[in-house]
Amino acid sequence: MKILVPIAKVPDTTSKIAFTDNNTKFSPDGVTFIMNPTDEWYALVRAIELKEKQGGEVVVIHVGLADSEQIIRKALAIGADRAVRVDADPTDAYFVAAQIANHAKSENYDLIIAGKETIDYNSYEVGGMVAEMLDLPCVALVQKLEIENGVATITREIEGGTETVEIKLPLVICAQKELAEARIPNMKGIMGARTKPLEVVTADATEKLTVITGYHLPEKAKECKYVSPDNVGELVRLLHEEAKVV
Amino acid sequence: MAVLSFVEVSQGKIKKASVEAAYYGSKVAEGLGTDSVVVVLGAASADELATLGTVGVKKVLHAADARFNNFDSKAFTKAVSEAANVAGATVVVLSFNQNGKLLAPRLSVRLKAAYVPGAVELPEFNGASATVKKNVFSGKASASYQLNTEKKVIAVNPNSLSPVRGAGAAEVEAFAPTLADADFSSVVKGADLIVGEIPLSEAELVVSAGRGLKGPENWGPIEELAKVLGAATACSRAVSDVDWRPHHEHVGQTGLTVRPNLYIAVGISGAIQHLAGVNGSKVIVVVNTDPEAPFFKAADYGIVGDAAVVVPKLIEEFKKLKAAH
Repeated sequence: MKILVPIAKVPDTTSKIAFTDNNTKFSPDGVTFIMNPTDEWYALVRAIELKEKQGGEVVVIHVGLADSEQIIRKALAIGADRAVRVDADPTDAYFVAAQIANHAKSENYDLIIAGKETIDYNSYEVGGMVAEMLDLPCVALVQKLEIENGVATITREIEGGTETVEIKLPLVICAQKELAEARIPNMKGIMGARTKPLEVVTADATEKLTVITGYHLPEKAKECKYVSPDNVGELVRLLHEEAKVV
Repeated sequence: MAVLSFVEVSQGKIKKASVEAAYYGSKVAEGLGTDSVVVVLGAASADELATLGTVGVKKVLHAADARFNNFDSKAFTKAVSEAANVAGATVVVLSFNQNGKLLAPRLSVRLKAAYVPGAVELPEFNGASATVKKNVFSGKASASYQLNTEKKVIAVNPNSLSPVRGAGAAEVEAFAPTLADADFSSVVKGADLIVGEIPLSEAELVVSAGRGLKGPENWGPIEELAKVLGAATACSRAVSDVDWRPHHEHVGQTGLTVRPNLYIAVGISGAIQHLAGVNGSKVIVVVNTDPEAPFFKAADYGIVGDAAVVVPKLIEEFKKLKAAH
């Protein structure tokens, strides 16, 4: 089985978020970049587990500049077989999806496993867009995935529970929590990652559908109103009369 | 010209998130001086669909085809995009809920439309372009997205605006999208719904607890508080990781994102990953023994105190409030 896993580079959750150029650009100063958690912990690890069980190949693809090499090597250290980097600074999700779809067209993947969302733009876009560009079925918010005889059995989140569906391969999956347990690369993996193939390709020209015209930081931090533990009734009164939420 | 909203019906009722999407669509249509049209796929009663008139919908395109009774992202994308063409829609509105999160990006590709995932406000139009605000960096900032294409797709965050109901009934019209059986790829084998509880993703009130409770045996008062309030229960990642609570209750960056009107956090320190899943809540109440817990910085109301003492008192006080109103 041949599986493609798109990985994104995002600011670490604990990063302080700041903007420059009159609040029109994200400032990378002092920010630590990491592989997007749902891509790494769930999508990539499940792909590797499926390969370990059934044989095949796991390819990771990343759209980004040369400074992304560290996260690509990490994906290889965790267990991907080879990597493709599309050499471009991503403009929007449509651009990223178009690059991934163009690559997938020439490789005949059985399965594409993306993460559920990136923790920077929280958009849930790339998986669904790639599926539409390739005219493939797609299931999002996937918590379980088993493959047998070319058919995927998938459990996904729905309102108030889960739903289980069967779909024939090829297809696109957007992974979330519970799909796999995060793996930490071991020394053998880290050493091996240095020599695994990393192909750098040029980007295809694509239309730009959206433009971010400005960022806004919250105006001020919330002021917490403290209530004494001996006067819980006062809190209930405030929630009822002041906040009007109960 | 029109604005088309995608509405889902579950167990005979229009989903709450879909009512919000339809209302949002009607508001956009009003701003553009055009009609608010809705598309519904699968079984639904005409009476239920007509109620969409109360949130400003003029016409409902209803495809009663039984093949739509289960969600299939590829088939639904084709059907909704055909509805957009039939209605002459320039803007398509969906809820940013479980199905919308997949349907909307597919539609954006199919319609070659710029897309805003998780809009929190109504768009501002400037000629043919529209600007919409959405949250980014897990709620630490927001961004203005400019949509410059002729067609636009907007997925609106649940609980972002409260629909105002008026009078009126929507006209329901049969709609038969041209789909082959081959367009439907998924076969539903079953669903596992948590019965007797309020779905966390739809809850307006949430009571959540974390490691500060010291053990799964101490959750009784949390569940009772939720019951008194009519709230859903949630938990932190630390607690679901050690199986004190089920995984579906985990809210935070890698779990569920919730945006209730009231989020009560008991014994949760408020790590940034947890805040990322709850900072869209309208009002946050924090109960924690540690006055330095970071969650207090994100809270509207706080009590520095022990859950074992404070929660039973809260239950009593809320009971009194409920009895009085």
